[in-house]
Amino acid sequence: MEQRRTQFGLNIPALVQSAGYPRLIITAFLLALMVYAAVLGLPIGQLVSSILVRFGMNAILVLAMIPSIQSGTGPNFGISLGIVCGLVAATLSIELDLVGLTAFFFAVAVSAILGSLVGYVYGLLLNRVKGQEMTVGTYTGFSIVSLMCVFWLMAPYKSPEMIWPYGGEGLRVTITLQNRFDKVLNELLAFDIVGVRVPTGLLIFLAICCALMWVFLRTKTGMAMLAVGSNPRFAASSGINVDKFRLVGTVLSTALGAVGIVVYAQSYGFLQLYTAPLYMPFFAVASILIGGASIKHATIVQALVGTFLFQALLVVALPVANEAIANNLSEVIRIILSNGMILYALTRKEAGGDLG
Amino acid sequence: MKTLVPESVRSKAEASLARFLIRNAVPILFTVLCLVGSYYARLPLKFLLNDIIVRMARNSFLVISLIIPVLAGLGLNFGIVLGAMAGQIAVITVTYWEIGGIAGFLLSMLLALPYAILFGWLTGILFNRAKGKEMIAGLILGFFANGLYQLVFLFLVGTIIPFRNEYMLLSTGIGLRNTVNLKGIHYALDNLLKVGVMGLNIPVATFASIVLLCLAIRFLFKTKLGQEFRSVGQNRYVAEVSGINVDRVRIIAVIFSTVLAAWGQLIFLQNIGTLNTYGSHVQVGTFAVAALLIGGATVSRATVGQALLGTFLFHLLFIISPLAGKNMMGSAQVGEYFRVFVAYGVIGVALALHAWQNITKKS
Amino acid sequence: MDEQYLLEIKNVSKEFFGNRVLKDVNLAVAPGKIHSLVGENGAGKSTLMNILFGMPVIHNTGGFSGEIWFDGKKVDIRSPEDAMNLGIGMVHQEFMLIPGFTITENIKLNREQTKHNLVSRVFGAKMKSLDFKLMRADARAALDVLGLTIDEMLPVAGLPVGYMQLIEIAREIDKRNVRLLVFDEPTAVLTEVEAQTLINAMRMLAEKGVSILFITHRLEEVLEVSEEITVLRDGEVVASLRAADATVERLAELMVGRKVEKVSLGRETQGITGSGRQVILELENLHVRMPGETVRGISMEVYKGEILGIGGLAGQGKLGIANGIMGLYPAEGRVVKEGKVVQMNNPASALANGLGFLSEDRRGVGLLLDQSIEFNIAITAVHCQDKFVKALCGVKLIDTKAITEHARRMIREVDIRCTGPQQLVRRLSGGNQQKVCIARALTLEPDVLFVSEPTRGIDVGAKRIVLELLVRLNRELGMTIVVTSSELAELRAICDRIAIVYRGRLEGILSPDASDREFGLMMTGEKPGRREVS
Repeated sequence: MEQRRTQFGLNIPALVQSAGYPRLIITAFLLALMVYAAVLGLPIGQLVSSILVRFGMNAILVLAMIPSIQSGTGPNFGISLGIVCGLVAATLSIELDLVGLTAFFFAVAVSAILGSLVGYVYGLLLNRVKGQEMTVGTYTGFSIVSLMCVFWLMAPYKSPEMIWPYGGEGLRVTITLQNRFDKVLNELLAFDIVGVRVPTGLLIFLAICCALMWVFLRTKTGMAMLAVGSNPRFAASSGINVDKFRLVGTVLSTALGAVGIVVYAQSYGFLQLYTAPLYMPFFAVASILIGGASIKHATIVQALVGTFLFQALLVVALPVANEAIANNLSEVIRIILSNGMILYALTRKEAGGDLG
Repeated sequence: MKTLVPESVRSKAEASLARFLIRNAVPILFTVLCLVGSYYARLPLKFLLNDIIVRMARNSFLVISLIIPVLAGLGLNFGIVLGAMAGQIAVITVTYWEIGGIAGFLLSMLLALPYAILFGWLTGILFNRAKGKEMIAGLILGFFANGLYQLVFLFLVGTIIPFRNEYMLLSTGIGLRNTVNLKGIHYALDNLLKVGVMGLNIPVATFASIVLLCLAIRFLFKTKLGQEFRSVGQNRYVAEVSGINVDRVRIIAVIFSTVLAAWGQLIFLQNIGTLNTYGSHVQVGTFAVAALLIGGATVSRATVGQALLGTFLFHLLFIISPLAGKNMMGSAQVGEYFRVFVAYGVIGVALALHAWQNITKKS
Repeated sequence: MDEQYLLEIKNVSKEFFGNRVLKDVNLAVAPGKIHSLVGENGAGKSTLMNILFGMPVIHNTGGFSGEIWFDGKKVDIRSPEDAMNLGIGMVHQEFMLIPGFTITENIKLNREQTKHNLVSRVFGAKMKSLDFKLMRADARAALDVLGLTIDEMLPVAGLPVGYMQLIEIAREIDKRNVRLLVFDEPTAVLTEVEAQTLINAMRMLAEKGVSILFITHRLEEVLEVSEEITVLRDGEVVASLRAADATVERLAELMVGRKVEKVSLGRETQGITGSGRQVILELENLHVRMPGETVRGISMEVYKGEILGIGGLAGQGKLGIANGIMGLYPAEGRVVKEGKVVQMNNPASALANGLGFLSEDRRGVGLLLDQSIEFNIAITAVHCQDKFVKALCGVKLIDTKAITEHARRMIREVDIRCTGPQQLVRRLSGGNQQKVCIARALTLEPDVLFVSEPTRGIDVGAKRIVLELLVRLNRELGMTIVVTSSELAELRAICDRIAIVYRGRLEGILSPDASDREFGLMMTGEKPGRREVS
């Protein structure tokens, strides 16, 4: 459903309101950084290219937040459950010696299935801890990631690309995808325009995901899920099984998280195992919140806008920081910005007040 | 919940035994785990005991610092990471001034105080704005504050903040090194009074300070303020109606916790002897919370005894798990990952149980 | 009369947003006397008490006019603390006790006895130790006043409800200076025996010189315990009399009063009288566990095409009936709709059987405040009846166009004032929100519509519109309507029959034309006789 079709001409206060201060500040900061980058003589074309790539590779993980927020379980801090499913699927595709798009789509399919199964179990847990999904989700994610560390150590994989060459224990910490499905999507139909390389395949894949999500939110199931998330007591009085549709939201979210990491990895070129997925949920959560979502309400546009702003900021901030101040600043900014954004959302007065 | 006919009351004895087992399920489980692990680790008893004494001495204070917010109804204060930071700021300052020994240690306690009070106050305000979401807010606050901490010590120290000490700064002259040697205050408290009994080295002064803290906590909960903590913790609404300023009491509870965490971190650091500038504080919250929970505490109930028992069990597990892992699974790393899993897992389970109990209580 | 009064309320009036809720109220309580205040829900009792306690809600809404005199002096009570300092205490209807604390700790809550120690001399009074000896002694003394022999160190959790109430009273007694105690419907949650203990305690207190203002619905108790009685109706004192001059009947009559304004749509009854009437819904021994509104076994019949009212005082269980039938609260019993059994505890089954519901908790249950009007109107029908759904390759898609169209029609028909079907429901006024609820129910095309508190939280003008709309639905669509309301007047304006619920049971069914006294007696449970109107 279109929520807020505000009818403004050029009503500046209304515009500010609908965009929200955090987004305006970030956009302004981003623009300032862009100008500064130009002044420093940094290659703008390359910057834009890498913004597009990082936007595309992160967006699906952020998109995964929508079903969980809309079904009322809040931002999915346990998305790392999906992420490890995706990693398992990706390693499986290597073990089976698949390459190229086949490997990629095999990984996507397996990760979606694994993610759904895990999401189902995770959803059952979340239904028992209503009201504390965020805290429980965070620690469930943490524990599963550390448990999976044991799995990576003991997994019976044989592929020489994945295990240590000289008889170390278990899988490598980072596995290169160079001969597998490194950038298969990014380079699909990719083209250059004014010095910017457009990762067409990646963006198309993202667009398809968004379209599917859009359609889903307009199905009978999607609508019931929305009702459950907006007001569970209302939903129950309408004969909607609240737990069932929360489960649907969690399954979808986890599955999307699993697919998301595969897309991320193909673009990044590496699979990062062990503790790498530990803090990934926080960045995904922060992204959608930056886009203007709250812990109770999120849209596809917010997910896309948030991912774009967040990634653009990081891409531009990194070289600018390197030139101007010191290295590593980008990482620090990422931590402050993302966690600051989550804190802002947590303390925002929401119930009772009129939304935007 | 379907029937309106009152359920027949079970026999009391049966219920109370069941309640005892359920209430203490976590410590019992971990005791068993530790026993099995110790058997497989095959560590000499004396080594084990010495190690556990060291770890008890350096970690107990931090774990106990969590008790007050639990009883004041704020849940597990993951925000003690900020207290640890306050302690580290003090320790860095003292090291910079090159004041060592017990004097340096006491000075760092004093220096940490204003920072910890300020951080605790801010954390309390944040928690009051996020009532019912204190734990996730505290967790995220820890990450957020860690970002600010890095900003200060990586980029501002040596630039905006005047700081000249080549042993502490990175080679660029900007930012603190990853590890800072704390030889000035190393063992400042531990060695103040060390007694050897049958080959066991016991840092008496450190344990004395822990005992003192336990007594202080006991005392606190027999005062007017302690009663206010408990009232607010049990029922915010009734407390408010009775004229207690709930928000203020909650902030005070967080300040207490943050200050104690700062001092706890100092005790920890004087034992370790090196400051891992960007890492020492990060896991403080998680490990302290896990220890407290393993001792049998819950989100709304915690005692000094549980804190001490939990610290003991958790660190025993820490010592034995790599070796047990190696001997059982043929890999020390398995044990290491396993203990991290245990830390996170026990928190996750405790939080889930708490949330689940709240729901069943309501319906 | 030259009697010296402890509390005198003189000409107190109060308006909320132009809505007069108290008008020239006078009330006087003598020292050591029990004074009862009776009135229906909404008669203004709680507003009067809020004024007496200086609650913020009064001062935030423009204060009040009139004077309050206490102990011969005019007083200005600005906050609950002021009232406490004067010696006015309150025993709440819901318990203000901490279950995990002992009785002593609860009685002395935030008024603990303390003593200095080393730390407190440096850090101040907050660090003073609790003096449990003194606290126990205080608690013991207060409990003794009430004749309670219970151990003062027992935890409150697990005590019987009656004891909890007495501990609250003990707490008020312990406030040394207490001169006037307000009992706000204290017996509502108590059993007969417990209520009797409470009444004895009240007598004992009065003998010790404490004045008591007793707010209650139980008229027999009023007559038994009090000396003076004030009856409040629609914000006015309609009578002030000595208990000796009053009877239960007279009080009941005074309380209810004739204030009916018929909705002018004519009340031709549609075959609901005589032998030709058809039963559309049958309740058999319905029990509902709804907190504060428990239903304890109701059997009755609803006739096709009628408007049935369900009345009764707050807390007696009238709201539980519809909520139970619709499956929103745990229920037991048998509900049969035109020969088909409606599954209990299953909202979907109730909806599938053609039952619709407008909840009394409009914002909590009845609406999705942050969704659009059209979403609200359509969602239940989409889910339960596959309305506005088109299948595409096996995927059930929503027909947004059809929904918008339908919403537009509904907006016109029930006259929702809004900017369009996409407006968020939160932005609408109470009356228009209620209309959205009605539109949602109509979309389901129910045979029987349950409506709970249809005019609660709606301003005066809109109330009438909502009631008229209900009558129109009944007349034009032949919909059977069951209205539950605390406002007897509105039931009498639109209903064909009115069932009165008391203590979770059906007290009787009256014609809307029955006398005030009959209604008053039934609502206060004074007349167990069960009479059917034919």
